[in-house]
Amino acid sequence: MTHELRKRGTSLALVLVLASLVTLLFLASLGIGPVRLAPSVVVEALAGAGIPEHQIIVREIRLPRAVLALAIGAVLGLSGAALQGLLRNPLAAPSLFGAPQTAAFAAVATISLGIADVRSFVLPVAAIVGAFVSVFLLLMVAGRNASLLLLILAGLAISSLAGAATALTMNLAPNPFAALEIAFWLLGSLEDRSFRHVALSLPFIMVGAALLMTQRHAFRALSLGEESAQSLGVDVARLRLIVIGGVALGVGAAVAVAGTISFIGLVAPHLMRPLVRHDPARLLVPSALTGAALLLAADIAVRVIPSTTDIKVGVLTALIGVPFFLYLIVRERRALGGGLG
Amino acid sequence: MNATPYLVAEGVQVILGDRLVVTDASFSLPRGSLTALIGPNGAGKTTLLRALCGLIPAAGIVRIDNDMLENLPVRERARRFAYLPQGHVVHWPLPVRDVVALGRFPHGATDPSRLPPHDAEAVERAMQATDIVALADRRVTEISGGERSRAIVARVLAVEAPVILADEPTASLDPRHQIEVMRLLRDAADGGTLVIVVTHDLGLAARFADTAIVMQAGRLATVGPPAQALSPDTLADVFGIDAFRGEWKGEPVIVPWTTA
Repeated sequence: MTHELRKRGTSLALVLVLASLVTLLFLASLGIGPVRLAPSVVVEALAGAGIPEHQIIVREIRLPRAVLALAIGAVLGLSGAALQGLLRNPLAAPSLFGAPQTAAFAAVATISLGIADVRSFVLPVAAIVGAFVSVFLLLMVAGRNASLLLLILAGLAISSLAGAATALTMNLAPNPFAALEIAFWLLGSLEDRSFRHVALSLPFIMVGAALLMTQRHAFRALSLGEESAQSLGVDVARLRLIVIGGVALGVGAAVAVAGTISFIGLVAPHLMRPLVRHDPARLLVPSALTGAALLLAADIAVRVIPSTTDIKVGVLTALIGVPFFLYLIVRERRALGGGLG
Repeated sequence: MNATPYLVAEGVQVILGDRLVVTDASFSLPRGSLTALIGPNGAGKTTLLRALCGLIPAAGIVRIDNDMLENLPVRERARRFAYLPQGHVVHWPLPVRDVVALGRFPHGATDPSRLPPHDAEAVERAMQATDIVALADRRVTEISGGERSRAIVARVLAVEAPVILADEPTASLDPRHQIEVMRLLRDAADGGTLVIVVTHDLGLAARFADTAIVMQAGRLATVGPPAQALSPDTLADVFGIDAFRGEWKGEPVIVPWTTA
């Protein structure tokens, strides 16, 4: 019994440590910007005390940004962990499967066709549909028990197609400003986001996250493969649909308000896996917290790094994420080679 | 052996794509018996096994303990059939105890670190029966192939299901571990479980099984005690081989010898 208690203890301690880290980064995110505020001032302003200017800066300008970084980072980390659990593969991630790219295309197309403006609920819905189609398509193309190589190739094809379609939309944009607007938005950023954006995305993100969390124990059974999981009473076809739906809701809503932010879903679960003894179910919550911490930190970094033009947070996560992805490929190259043979 | 039938198949037929993989499979088996399912590659053994526990849809009738399989919800099927697929992979480096604990999944104990006492006892029993208690905290990817096969059998035993369906559990094991795994399944059968084992090893089948079901091109060629079901004629007809036949310590011995 001591063994079980110890395991439960470490996992609770891990969640507490991560939650504190996220809280600290959240407060830091509220304090950093053109006007730097001390944590005590931030807390004061949040509570509705202190100088009115500080209250406006913290509660109206920076709070939505921090809330979005927290929610989007968390749902990306969670989506990565869930996809990795579903596919039993440490290299699975929404951004490698073209989900954000497809969601971005759906959003861009919606705007440029004049169906909706950037503040309408149509936008997240379109992005969610785009993300759903891409992940669904990927799993259909790759089929059951797909090899890693097949999944990544199919993902590459889907994201390339989405990229080309987006480029076409920009190409056909009515004026250069519209094209520029779309391009900057695609880079992924949390700047100048308001509570309207929070309202647009947070409900979908929360439903998506909740859907993924309900399936956590099924990921554990899937450790033994789909057939064994099914023989243990897991409805694998239903599980796939729920995971695709959950990931699409989370990623689609995130892309609709923040553009494409990549690689958090790949990195976060990877960092946490050894700390939860590789249990794919216990991986979910720490991955979400790590994703939140990573995006909050990246969003602080883009404000702190001195540069004449603003660096977009999506660019930063990709710059850090891609080398990490290469490192994972090197580590998993035997599995990849196996896929070839 | 002539106990009441527990698992009954009547005219089971499976079509995969446009191919008839299993045709008109009928048999009935009692609890407390071990059945070897034998046949050349592609004869439909794995498909029949999957159909028996409802992993793939099949025509015909499967009854377990007088319940129609099709009427049982997925959870209930999972409690009645413990299924060991071919190749037994574990995708993450989980501790052995957690892998075995997955056997309690159908009983609602989905979290290995929060097992209700009743489920924890079942896991402990399975690990004791397979002699892997000492390996409980080792990662399943770090133990030897023989140890892993015991761990996987323990996972199946932990379900404590009335029926165990094992698909080539002895493939790619050395002779000692082949015998070990068959012994574990034999012990389960002696303890009242109905065990069906797919195997290519005629020797193990003859030695450990009460019944042999020989499949050929989707049909049941013969069903009966191994010494009779695996008659020289059947072996020549189904496998195209001639086998040495004998007896050792009162048990039948069959060793494939030449192509017929």
